[in-house]
Amino acid sequence: MKRQIPLVLVFIFGVLLAIQYFIPSEPSQKGYEFVLDWITIIGIFAMVLGIWSQIHVGYYKIRHRAEDWKYSVVTMVSMFGMIFLGLSPFGGLQGTTFRLIYTNIFIPIQATIFALLAFYIASASYRAFRARSAVSTVLLVAALLLMLRVIPMGPLADPINKIGSWMLLVPNLAAKRAILIGVGLGGVATALKIVLGIERSYLGKD
Amino acid sequence: MKHIKLILFICLSLCLTQAIVAQTATDPPAETAPAVQPPAPPGNVILKDLPNDEGHGILVRWDLSPDDGAGRNTVISYDIYRALSPSAPDSLWMNVGTVVLGTKRYSDKSVEKDAPDFLPKKTDLYYRVVAVGAGVRSTPASAGPVQAYDNWFNSMKMPELIFCIVFLILTVRFINMAKRGIDLYVRPLAGIEAIDEAIGRATEMGKPILYVLGIGTAGDIATIASFTVLGRVARKVAEYQTSMIVPCCDPVVMTIAQEIVKTGYADAGRPDTFKEDSVYYVTSQQFPYVAAVNGTILREKPATNIYLGYFAAESLLLAETGVLAGSIQIAGTDQVSQLPFFVVACDYTLLGEELYAASAYLGREPLLLGTLKAQDYLKAIVLVLMVALLALRVITGADVISKPFDAPWW
Repeated sequence: MKRQIPLVLVFIFGVLLAIQYFIPSEPSQKGYEFVLDWITIIGIFAMVLGIWSQIHVGYYKIRHRAEDWKYSVVTMVSMFGMIFLGLSPFGGLQGTTFRLIYTNIFIPIQATIFALLAFYIASASYRAFRARSAVSTVLLVAALLLMLRVIPMGPLADPINKIGSWMLLVPNLAAKRAILIGVGLGGVATALKIVLGIERSYLGKD
Repeated sequence: MKHIKLILFICLSLCLTQAIVAQTATDPPAETAPAVQPPAPPGNVILKDLPNDEGHGILVRWDLSPDDGAGRNTVISYDIYRALSPSAPDSLWMNVGTVVLGTKRYSDKSVEKDAPDFLPKKTDLYYRVVAVGAGVRSTPASAGPVQAYDNWFNSMKMPELIFCIVFLILTVRFINMAKRGIDLYVRPLAGIEAIDEAIGRATEMGKPILYVLGIGTAGDIATIASFTVLGRVARKVAEYQTSMIVPCCDPVVMTIAQEIVKTGYADAGRPDTFKEDSVYYVTSQQFPYVAAVNGTILREKPATNIYLGYFAAESLLLAETGVLAGSIQIAGTDQVSQLPFFVVACDYTLLGEELYAASAYLGREPLLLGTLKAQDYLKAIVLVLMVALLALRVITGADVISKPFDAPWW
């Protein structure tokens, strides 16, 4: 029973939403919005589970003095501090300490992590562009041409630009589209497998 | 005498000056700007219910004003007005849109009930189209009444419906074939085959396995495909008695992942070794999630990192940290833009649909193999169609590729 009910629900909602996709009428759109609202509601309940999980993991690490448990202290203090500042009567969201911390601490830290990507791209490129085999040599040459394409090269700029554009618009785009077609069909296939109950591993069992 | 001459000269001069001033005041200026004529109105306004919508749209079409790009060439744009009565005063005609010169149609659509330009369904509506010039406007061309109706089938989605039906037929056929015991070949997926080896390596090294489901929600196909692999990895991990870390970016994903891993341990006959804290929620924010997972990678130094699911900019940040930690890395995503990053930084990468095929490949069950084969055949059909249409385009010169999808042909 525990497994049958979710399967029946998935089938009913899967079929209904598949039919809904082809019906543009107002009741159909309203039904779709209703289901989307429920996704949000379930998400909010799940967030409670998420926060509980984080508290549980953090508390365990702090209590057992696990490796680097001090990070868990920082996480706990930050989480409860922000919840307190956001909910307390002298807190709120706009023009307050909550906003101040969010703008001046959280956003710069987030931007810093994103900025690391530039260095990671450099180190990954270094590994990828080593000419170890014929295929990696092709990759190296292609990458060099594409990099030269964005550098002022005087009289060489035009032919390099043409070659670079051709590489981007012909072989690169063809490969991309081939993957995208596969992804699209694979998505439909996976959705059908789930709706028809062929794929059940998401329920926790094959 | 001399004085008389002087007085006469002064008098003559004054008369002449007076005459010149008078002439200047009465003569029209030599060059004046011609008065701007309003453009001719557009003609033949036709109103139609907007097809394939929820009943809050009207398609307005008209013939261009004779002064649009021709004639006096004074048209700049067209204003489209709507009212509930043809005899409504000008103040009740609502301007619902403006289009530039040369445009012959406008879709008036407004679904939000609270919006000032809300378009009610099943109500008589009247339209006016006015050609607008520089500071001048034509007389309006009117039409109506027309009513908006909701539609019960979106005819533009007919190709998708046909594809779904073909796919269903193929799926049923291949599932039946697989059930009859006919061997369906599935090409080896190196990334999936490497999973067992990677779990074995982790066991030998006594280090955990990190499984990252990406930053997608439980509704993303890539995340669902990743769940299927997670279940099998969890079972193997339980069999080998090694440990597993699953940091999640979405609380719903975490709840499902916990259940899947728990069941994997139970299936392996070791439900007691399952630790609930091994599958935990980190944060729903992308980069804080990266920071937490990277921290875990550097602290725990997992033997194997498996990244399967929906990934965005964090793909390389995670995979490069895994390289620094010396882990074996298996990745797979349906995000084409992230695939190069995974290919560069990981040992094995599942490209796009390979991620979806993983569960069928691992399970080898007839039902799953049947859908996989149907998918392959549909891909072949798409390929043949593309080549055929391209050939037709080259031979005939007609736009047979995009044109059929612009408007319904069925």
